Amino acid sequence: MSSATATMEPRAYHLPEEPHLHEGHSTNLGFWMYLMSDCLIFAILFATYAVLGGSYAGGPGPKDLFDLPLIALNTAMLLFSSITYGFAMLAMEKNRVSATQGWLFVTLLFGGAFLCIELYEFSHLIHEGAGPQRSAFLSSFFTLVGTHGLHVTFGSIWLVTLMVQVAKKGLIPANKRRLMCLSMFWHFLDVIWIGVFTFVYLMGVLR
Amino acid sequence: MALPLTACDWVVMNPSGDIAVQQRDLILISTALMLLIVVPVMALVVFFAWRYRSANKAAEKDYDPDWDHSTKLELLIWSAPLLIIICLGALTWVSTHKLDPYRPLDRIDAKTAIDPKVKPLTVEVVALDWKWLFIYPELGIATVNELAIPTNVPVRFDLTASTVMNSFYVPELAGQIYAMPGMKTQLHAVANKAVGGTGFSANYSGAGFSHMRFAYKALERGDFDAWVAKVKASGANLDRTVYLGLAKPSEKAPVAYFSAVDPKLFDAVVNLCPKPGQRCMGELMHINMMGGAGKESAHDTKGLRYDFPNSHVIEQSDENKGQETAPDAPVAPSSHSGADAHAQHR
Amino acid sequence: MIFGRLTWDAFPWHEPVVVATFIGVVIGGVALVAALTYFGLWGYLWKEWFTSVDHKKIGIMYMVLGLVMFLRGFSDAIMMRIQQAWAFNGSEGYLNAHHYDQVFTAHGVIMIFFVAMPFITGLMNYIVPLQIGARDVSFPFLNNFSFWMTTGGAVLVMISLFVGEFAQTGWLAYPPLSGIAYSPATGVDYYIWALQVAGVGTTLSGINLIATIVKMRAPGMSLMKMPVFTWTSLCANVLIVASFPILTATLVLLSLDRYAGTAFFTNDFGGNPMMYVNLIWIWGHPEVYILILPLFGVFSEVTSTFSGKRLFGYTSMVYATCTIMVLSYLVWLHHFFTMGSGASVNSFFGITTMIISIPTGAKLFNWLFTMYRGRIRFELPMMWTVAFMLTFTIGGMTGVLLAVPPADFVLHNSLFLIAHFHNVIIGGVLFGLFAAINYWWPKAFGFRLNQFWGHVSFWCWNIGFWLAFGPLYVLGLMGVTRRMRVFDDPSLQIWFVIAGIGAAIIAVGIGAMLVQFAVSIWKRDELKVEGDPWDGRTLEWATSSPPPEYNFAFTPVVYDTDTWADMKKNNYQRPLTGYQAIHMPSSTGAGVILAALATLCGFALIWYIWWLAGLSFIGLVAVAIGHSFNYKRDFYIPADVVTRTEEERTRILAAGV
Repeated sequence: MSSATATMEPRAYHLPEEPHLHEGHSTNLGFWMYLMSDCLIFAILFATYAVLGGSYAGGPGPKDLFDLPLIALNTAMLLFSSITYGFAMLAMEKNRVSATQGWLFVTLLFGGAFLCIELYEFSHLIHEGAGPQRSAFLSSFFTLVGTHGLHVTFGSIWLVTLMVQVAKKGLIPANKRRLMCLSMFWHFLDVIWIGVFTFVYLMGVLR
Repeated sequence: MALPLTACDWVVMNPSGDIAVQQRDLILISTALMLLIVVPVMALVVFFAWRYRSANKAAEKDYDPDWDHSTKLELLIWSAPLLIIICLGALTWVSTHKLDPYRPLDRIDAKTAIDPKVKPLTVEVVALDWKWLFIYPELGIATVNELAIPTNVPVRFDLTASTVMNSFYVPELAGQIYAMPGMKTQLHAVANKAVGGTGFSANYSGAGFSHMRFAYKALERGDFDAWVAKVKASGANLDRTVYLGLAKPSEKAPVAYFSAVDPKLFDAVVNLCPKPGQRCMGELMHINMMGGAGKESAHDTKGLRYDFPNSHVIEQSDENKGQETAPDAPVAPSSHSGADAHAQHR
Repeated sequence: MIFGRLTWDAFPWHEPVVVATFIGVVIGGVALVAALTYFGLWGYLWKEWFTSVDHKKIGIMYMVLGLVMFLRGFSDAIMMRIQQAWAFNGSEGYLNAHHYDQVFTAHGVIMIFFVAMPFITGLMNYIVPLQIGARDVSFPFLNNFSFWMTTGGAVLVMISLFVGEFAQTGWLAYPPLSGIAYSPATGVDYYIWALQVAGVGTTLSGINLIATIVKMRAPGMSLMKMPVFTWTSLCANVLIVASFPILTATLVLLSLDRYAGTAFFTNDFGGNPMMYVNLIWIWGHPEVYILILPLFGVFSEVTSTFSGKRLFGYTSMVYATCTIMVLSYLVWLHHFFTMGSGASVNSFFGITTMIISIPTGAKLFNWLFTMYRGRIRFELPMMWTVAFMLTFTIGGMTGVLLAVPPADFVLHNSLFLIAHFHNVIIGGVLFGLFAAINYWWPKAFGFRLNQFWGHVSFWCWNIGFWLAFGPLYVLGLMGVTRRMRVFDDPSLQIWFVIAGIGAAIIAVGIGAMLVQFAVSIWKRDELKVEGDPWDGRTLEWATSSPPPEYNFAFTPVVYDTDTWADMKKNNYQRPLTGYQAIHMPSSTGAGVILAALATLCGFALIWYIWWLAGLSFIGLVAVAIGHSFNYKRDFYIPADVVTRTEEERTRILAAGV
């Protein structure tokens, strides 16, 4: 492979000019890999729910507990938040700071509504005696849904942080990159939620 | 090299039960198969290392710094291991099915076949903290830390554990299998020679693990009957109360014999409900099948707890010590009176 | 309670051995701190090392961490060997169950998580960017943070020696034994939080190195022109990213059982302990390949360099590595054939396990044919490599034997199994690390390691290894199982005594290695080398040894897998003018602070000091947010500094070292 090269013109073994690696060149890839590792955590939680979701320990099952209309409302909140985040990104592309901030704020409201409804659902269940300690089914249910909820919480904190940063620095490339990462994160949580909604709630009630 | 292999303390290489013998043979055959490739490779490593050392002027003319590919060699180095693995894989598939611990025996030894439908002698094994309980349901007897079986009779072990995972292993007899709480595993085996040996837990299970050993006795028919008669003469009765006392953590428990056993005890242990008032797993699984027990059942957690706090702490009371040597001494379980439990299961 | 369950009794006052160790550590620690203060080194360490984002310095710090923890893990091993050689004929030995069970658990946990992992992470950190011609990794700050998280985990394990206790469960902490009902004390909590804190570091460093390899290769270096070590590192890091989250999730579930009373792995309330065993091994098996794959890369580099030849079968080497990477996910059940899965399931996992030996065998043949028709220089790295080939082959063979389920039924959990995995981990991972250390030490420090003490270490290790683990194979065939503290059968004792002698010889080997480091540092002027002491072949040897902060003055261009050999062959002339300013990441203390807070939070959770856990967690989030407001994370090394550095090297080269 390499032996025929000696006769050719001398190779340039270095670049004379410093190549410009733009800042954050690996960020999207790195963040995507983080998301995939996070996805694996959810995969384990889903698998756990698949194994333990039928162990009621003599207690209530999904049909006894889940309130589908409430969950449908909750799902709507999260889906709307994803759409509004999309609008924020469109505004960001056009470098419109106040529109971006506005849509981010709307996203935050929807995310907050989602969390409130989830907290209401959890407290209601615990009040009825169906807390995470009651059975393996409820342990895995609370852990799967709760982990998603925690992600949304941290996403919201991150969102507020970014809004402050955009307010301070404007839509500079670093901030755009960060908004892009949060966008991936937020939509990822949406996808996970679709899984939770179908796999846990719908199949739990309809099965 | 052949000499130590035949010495009798290499028990895994020289067992006295047919299953263990077949497992030994499998070790030898697989090793021989692998040596077919391992020996030449190791010899070549040594030879090449010596032949092509830079100090060796004779090999200087062979030096070829750019030689890095040969399709023929590449084919060889992938296909040689592949061939071995194909043989070994076939051997694995066949032997794993043949020696599946769940499979009833179809032979007593290499020469004697039996009908797998013949009912084997059943021994129910419970790994307790940290001792072994053996129940012989057909004989109505039980022992602690002593396992005797007749030679040349197929035996089926039903295994479970009271609290944590253990592994039931008698190297003389057959390979090990886990004994796990709330589950029942199985092992079929047969002893071919009258020997004494040791069995133990092969899976770490807490502080008393090292002493969790029992005497293993393979006895000729007549000796086995005499042994059964001896156990029956003990006069002690293994009911729930006695079991619960026995199940408390203890180390170096002495051998104990019981001439009578609660026939539902093993089933209750497997179902995690040996204690009166505990709800059995069978019942709970039925509720699982029904899709839950309704909203109101959420608050009903009575009898569900099985793992109690500090379950691995050895009680230092005199009562506990006395109970190990005299298994039928009355012991009160934590919340229910022993007398009630006694009556309920009689 | 302001200190949770941390009371006066948590300190082992009544254990003379532990107190003596503690006093020793305190005296040593005070002496170290005093010395650092006296020589005014704190500022230097903080500025140049602790807060540095330079991948080379982080790599060295990882190696130091691995070495320190190796000494701890090895003293655990010695304690076990003494106990097992002693406790016969009714003697209980010198360790009670409470102690002994902590010792074997700590040994396993430390050796895997805090020795092997830091060593290979350190190695990859140091070498990979140099091999691909990059100036640093993709996320330099994250790299520093990862290191300190790993250190935080190690600190928690070390604290458990003197405050409270470590787990008494075996290194994978199977429930229900590791549940709160059967292990109520702090041991398992130390285990959980040490692994969780370190696990975050490992996952992030895995992401970091993948991004680095994918995005930052020098121009011309296509995937199939990457050095083999970089390839195996890439695969190992893919495994890290695709398996450590499983460990994290599994330990979260276990900690919920312990802290929140959930029922994942309990006997009651519908829990399923077998699920834990499955989950932990779905992480655990890829983990062993995470450890060995980078070392396979090391052996490839070393064999090729010291045989003076191109690596035989580069392409099949790469495919073999990728095959192993994928297959490592399909074999986890072989760790518990004895759990009673059906025969078909067991044979499936047995056969997949055997299939892994095909690419592994192919690799071995590739090294073999790399040696063929070479001019092999038996320097220390090559000696370790040949020792590896011989030792690892035996370990691989016993491994395949254990993959035959019915054979596993008699060998599982036995000392045969212990001998097998030490055979592959010591013979593969450790020997590989020693090869790597001897090979790349001149790269990192600019001088070679002393040969004499290297030879002493080499022979002690090889003889000691077989004396220590040969008897364990024998004992396994005598039906002796692992984690036993006392024995009945007096005929076994002689074998344990031999194993103990073997361990003592290994101890001499470790001592000789430390002497080797010390002597080499002492006589570093005599052992001085310029950039390329071994007639190296890959890109890292193209720059000076030790490399400048910016690695390469000009970004290299790659035409061949053995870039540096190719450059030498074509009479490459090092450019002497035209230096430019170089863009580099700045140091930051945020990583140290974040990891310290995470460790504190872990400690508070272990001892149920809820207010402190809450406070440190809020602090963690606050510092992370605060750090994100720092937009100025880079600087330029001015062209005249580069010029000065490079002209210095020109002078040294001209002087002809």
